[in-house]
Amino acid sequence: MSAPPATSAEPAAIRFRDPQIEMAHGAGGKASRRLVEGLFAPLLFGNAPGPLGDAAHVDISGTKVAITTDSFVVNPLTFPGGSIGELAVNGTVNDLAVSGAKAEALVVTYVLEAGLPTSVLEGEVRAMARAAAAAGVRIAGGDTKVVEHGKADQMYITTTGIGRLLRGVTVDPCSVRPGDKVLLSGAVGDHGVTILLARGELDLEADLRSDTRSVLPLVEALISTAGPGVRWMRDPTRGGTATSLNELARDCGLGVVLFEDQIPVHDAVRGACELLGLDPLHIANEGQFLAVVSPEYADAAINALALAPGGSEAQIIGEIREQPAGSVLITTLYGGSRIIDMLVGDPLPRIC
Amino acid sequence: MSMKFVDEFREPELISRTAEEIRRLAGGRHYRMMEVCGGHTHAIYRFGLKDILPENIELIHGPGCPVCVLPMGRIDDGLAIAQQPDVIFAAFGDMMRVPGTQGSPLEHKARGMDVRIVYSPSDALKLARLNPDKHVMFFAIGFETTAPSTALTLMRAKAEGIHNFSVFCNHVTIIPAIRAILDSPDMRLDAFIGPGHVSTVIGCRPYEWIAQNEHKPIVVSGFEPLDMLQSIVMLLHQLRRGEAKVENQYKRVVPWEGNRAALRAMAEVFQLRPYFEWRGMGFISQSALRLNDKYAEWDAEQRFVIPGIRVTDPKAAQCGEVLKGVLKPHQCKLFGRECTPEHPIGALMVSSEGSCAAYFNYEHRKAMANGLSSIA
Repeated sequence: MSAPPATSAEPAAIRFRDPQIEMAHGAGGKASRRLVEGLFAPLLFGNAPGPLGDAAHVDISGTKVAITTDSFVVNPLTFPGGSIGELAVNGTVNDLAVSGAKAEALVVTYVLEAGLPTSVLEGEVRAMARAAAAAGVRIAGGDTKVVEHGKADQMYITTTGIGRLLRGVTVDPCSVRPGDKVLLSGAVGDHGVTILLARGELDLEADLRSDTRSVLPLVEALISTAGPGVRWMRDPTRGGTATSLNELARDCGLGVVLFEDQIPVHDAVRGACELLGLDPLHIANEGQFLAVVSPEYADAAINALALAPGGSEAQIIGEIREQPAGSVLITTLYGGSRIIDMLVGDPLPRIC
Repeated sequence: MSMKFVDEFREPELISRTAEEIRRLAGGRHYRMMEVCGGHTHAIYRFGLKDILPENIELIHGPGCPVCVLPMGRIDDGLAIAQQPDVIFAAFGDMMRVPGTQGSPLEHKARGMDVRIVYSPSDALKLARLNPDKHVMFFAIGFETTAPSTALTLMRAKAEGIHNFSVFCNHVTIIPAIRAILDSPDMRLDAFIGPGHVSTVIGCRPYEWIAQNEHKPIVVSGFEPLDMLQSIVMLLHQLRRGEAKVENQYKRVVPWEGNRAALRAMAEVFQLRPYFEWRGMGFISQSALRLNDKYAEWDAEQRFVIPGIRVTDPKAAQCGEVLKGVLKPHQCKLFGRECTPEHPIGALMVSSEGSCAAYFNYEHRKAMANGLSSIA
């Protein structure tokens, strides 16, 4: 969560009226947005105009840098395909990447629960070192706090990253135009469903791994071939693809129209979602990004992604239209359509 | 786990051919068909089936959404039990956002109540085994679809002598609800799309009176787009021939005689309540289940003192009329204004399978997004 620099000293009215904080306020959907826009933005960002991006771009004596921060709380700590340490590095690297910046350095804060086995901590620190090396980012410093046993769930990690702006790209939802294409870097829902299954509450097994990875190489591949055509990027983490695209639709005031049959979803994710009454577009991802590209660059963009390592499942999943303004419409295989909203609260399984 | 099999029921070409056949069979006549089950309502909106059906096939959304028909007083009662020390409130995810007078189970969780989402009643029993110094109360909801698993779980609790476990039973039965709809004087329906999941348990025989006495065709249907379209074709064939019989479109899952083992488990554990309140429909006799005396020890209603206070919906909420198909969701005075999925007032806005919530999420938003004021 970051915002453009403050432009007004006069704070706007607080619009957040929810009486207490609920899990939904941290789930990345509607309630999260209400909290950020209604409480944090007016008090902290001086009523900053414009949309809230993945990273803030700050001018330090003439040099523009990107900065962002993210906290990681996940249960279980390790899961097929990754662990909290990897997420903590990749998540912040990715937030910078989709704001059009290459992560240069991270600082780390650990909040540890007394009683945490050292071996668990060591495993996660090693995972962070590996992920940082893979992403080409330096871990420059950190801080550690320990809370009493029972006051936290094993360990939480916060990473703050600073990045150099990549040349040849401007990410701005206001530059999005009707006719632009919506690109997705790969299959959706792998991470969220992997976590759901890894909790072991469902007696389901599936050959599925979290998609956690640095998306920087894919972002760089996209920019090097289609940079001037790239208008917007976002990594659809909590709240999923649907929430990110709804934010885009709101920020640019245009409609996002998706083609259901073009959205890559692995069979195991589809199966689990069918079973639990969840929508893959509301499930979190940790190694994918969305991009809006002008139509003349769309083919080049998709080719560049497809040729880059890990980009073989990239797809054009939709396009920008005048209507439905401010909303996301998905067209089904046989001509029906439905509006797809932001996630409301956490995704809850439907059983009965 | 492989779920590839759904695709063959979503084949676009087959679907448009079937839609074309419906258009041809329906001709110029207007037909009103009720899909009884909330799962069907959800599927209709999710797959955009309304966009491909001709206008003269009108689908009326029925009472088959267990969360929607649960009176708010029952939620309050369940949460009141969980206010007591060392009680864990366990329920399906479906229940978690359903508001009681003092908020939903999730809101109570945020205030410190021990609320757990479970995927089956046996998971709740597992919680009881893992927490011997706590009491686990399973808040049971659902039609005959979920009642057998509650019954089997209770049988296991009894067999294993697990005493820190109870069930707050809200199981309801589908047939009395259909009867109540047919008995309603302002009911105008031509046919029924029968519930798929419920019928895996009860089979098709319990619907025979609808065909024989009420002369309405009913086709038990699956939940894929093609299932539902094919069921509509089967109903139209009956209607055109002036027939009324029970047919089974969902043969790959639903046996005509139902599931005897599941029915036996239900008979072992439950007895019919003389009457039960349905949200939006009022009291319906012999329409719900409670634990019988053999299982009194595991019956939360007998183990705990509960307030049992009836909470009525605001008068302006016209849930009953919508449930019976007299009004469309958007014709209710509160729809989309006071009553929305984020702040539901009436029953049908509560669950995504409720007809108002489904209508709001898919149709109403679509109409708004397209700049129309409403949909006729």
